[in-house]
Amino acid sequence: MTTYIVRRLFALPVTLFGLTVLIFALLGTLSPVERATAYVRTDPKTPDEMQRIVEKYGLDQPFYIQYGRWLNELAHGNLGFSKSAAQPVASALLAYFPASLELTVWSLLPVFVGGIWLGSKAATHHNRLFDRAARVLSVTAFSFPGFVFAMVALLIFYAALQWFPPGRLSDWANTAVLSSDFHRYTGMNTVDAIFNLRPDIFADALRHLVLPALTLSYGGWALLMRLMRSSMLEALRQDYTTTARAKGLRERYVINKHAMPNALIPIVTVSALLFAGLLSGGGIVETVFDYRGMGWWAVDAALHLDVVSVLGITLLNGAVLVLVNLAVDVAYAFLDPRIRFN
Amino acid sequence: MAIIGGVIEPEIIRPALRMRVRLLRRTRLLARDPMSVAGLFLILLFVTVAILAPLLAPPPDPAQPYEMPHDGFWPEPRPPNAAHPFGTTEGQYDIYYGVVWGTRTALKMGLIVTGLVVLIGGVVGAVSAYIGGWLDEFVQRVVEVFIAFPALLAFLAMAIVISPRVDDKLLAIIIALVAFGWTGYARLIRADVLAVKARDYVLAARALGVPGWQILVRHVLPNAVYSVLAVACLDIGGYAVAYSGLSFLGLGAGRGYADWGQLLNLAHNWVSDLARFWYIVLFPGGSLVLFTLGWNLVGDAFRDALDPRLRGQ
Repeated sequence: MTTYIVRRLFALPVTLFGLTVLIFALLGTLSPVERATAYVRTDPKTPDEMQRIVEKYGLDQPFYIQYGRWLNELAHGNLGFSKSAAQPVASALLAYFPASLELTVWSLLPVFVGGIWLGSKAATHHNRLFDRAARVLSVTAFSFPGFVFAMVALLIFYAALQWFPPGRLSDWANTAVLSSDFHRYTGMNTVDAIFNLRPDIFADALRHLVLPALTLSYGGWALLMRLMRSSMLEALRQDYTTTARAKGLRERYVINKHAMPNALIPIVTVSALLFAGLLSGGGIVETVFDYRGMGWWAVDAALHLDVVSVLGITLLNGAVLVLVNLAVDVAYAFLDPRIRFN
Repeated sequence: MAIIGGVIEPEIIRPALRMRVRLLRRTRLLARDPMSVAGLFLILLFVTVAILAPLLAPPPDPAQPYEMPHDGFWPEPRPPNAAHPFGTTEGQYDIYYGVVWGTRTALKMGLIVTGLVVLIGGVVGAVSAYIGGWLDEFVQRVVEVFIAFPALLAFLAMAIVISPRVDDKLLAIIIALVAFGWTGYARLIRADVLAVKARDYVLAARALGVPGWQILVRHVLPNAVYSVLAVACLDIGGYAVAYSGLSFLGLGAGRGYADWGQLLNLAHNWVSDLARFWYIVLFPGGSLVLFTLGWNLVGDAFRDALDPRLRGQ
């Protein structure tokens, strides 16, 4: 197993290197002057001034020299200046990341509980009514584009019932959060509210999270349910399950103690990837619900043709995805003895 | 005819025939499943609407059929009436016209993008697996880099980098979707080719002196067709949604272009008044859901028919 993990660890810098090269290549499609405007805070007016900046920062030099310099800046946390967020990309990322992380975490909770429970129940009731209903439900969920679901959800739960408003916080809560007696520990409203002992703000933040979290998660929930179903079906057909039954163990015990742990192994992989997917895939959901996180910002930046910001967000999420992938492979090796001993 | 040890090896000489038998069996399996029949029906419905679009909704300017006609500029949507059976959006775009011609846009985007990613991914995956060695290793690393890009962000980034350089905005989005979409097929087909490559009939074909490319095309690739078909069905719906999503965000073909995402974008401002403006969400949203559902049902049935563990149960 050690060689396997070491091999994976060696692949990590290669992938990260490729990621940065590709991002930089996309950035390189901009002309030197365009890139210069992307890196200065206030636009100098004359072309002469722009030309001086291009020369000063060597934006017309060969690709590899510029790439080296860009990487150096990156290592020092400089990702350029974001026009759409009116601050450096790095600090805007720090501001928006917690919001998306919070949304992702709250989205994943129902995914785990619902997906795993429904999936294993569908498997133990294979081809019966529950299984068929679950299958229809999951195909329908897959076919419902997030933004259509989001708009229907807004129509019902906001427009008609007034239960769950868009945004991240109500006005009064927002004022409270921004005041000086409220300490921001993490930037995640629900977590900070607990640390500040403010149940009212916690409830308000949660109320704003319900619809976006639901919209973001139902696809993953359907995915996990299907996966759990087929994985459980497979586990129930294995010899060790037959053995457990032959020993006369009660069916519930067979399922929960013998089949379930093995069926959960592939779920671990997918959940981690799902986490990375939800974290970076919130663009549409965050936009519809006016939930201002990384995804909302990415869309806003794209609409303003703010390439530097979009690429900065992509880079961060790409790096997260690469690390999650690595973690998944390593976890897999620990969990699955067939990989561990090969 | 290949005779080995006096016995005609059907697996060696007749992979094509076997394929045809399997195709028949699987088609029958598909026909037995009511969900896949429903899916096929939905797909046929949308294809028919797309083909008959000029009859169902005659364009006022035949040279630019994708430009939605608008009846004045009144900012508030109007409910269905005799002139506009599905009502109008803000800016008075005719929803019925947009839904009908949007069907063409959805099919076009789904089929073109899926076709291109299957082609590119297929060639890359097949060649990389068949030749193997350092080339395979290199291609795998490249694929890994592309997979490291989060899908939505990659589409956004590509779309805004390309769109100022390409006149046709639709083309810019196709390029963006294809650029990050081919990797899945490259992996899928690579795995299939690797699995088939080791089979006896491929070895036999090679022993008979059949050239490499011919083995690849005649013996190896046909076996990868089914897994590709299943995923491709899901992808046709998926890419239509991806395009609608981008269009919904305002990164589509431009205002007034007939596509469902655009119509939903025009609906976004009116969501807070459900009772009055239901029609601006229902028609384009419903079309998009049914379209995706059709392809998903068929793709799903393909996958079930493919999975030997689920077959015959």
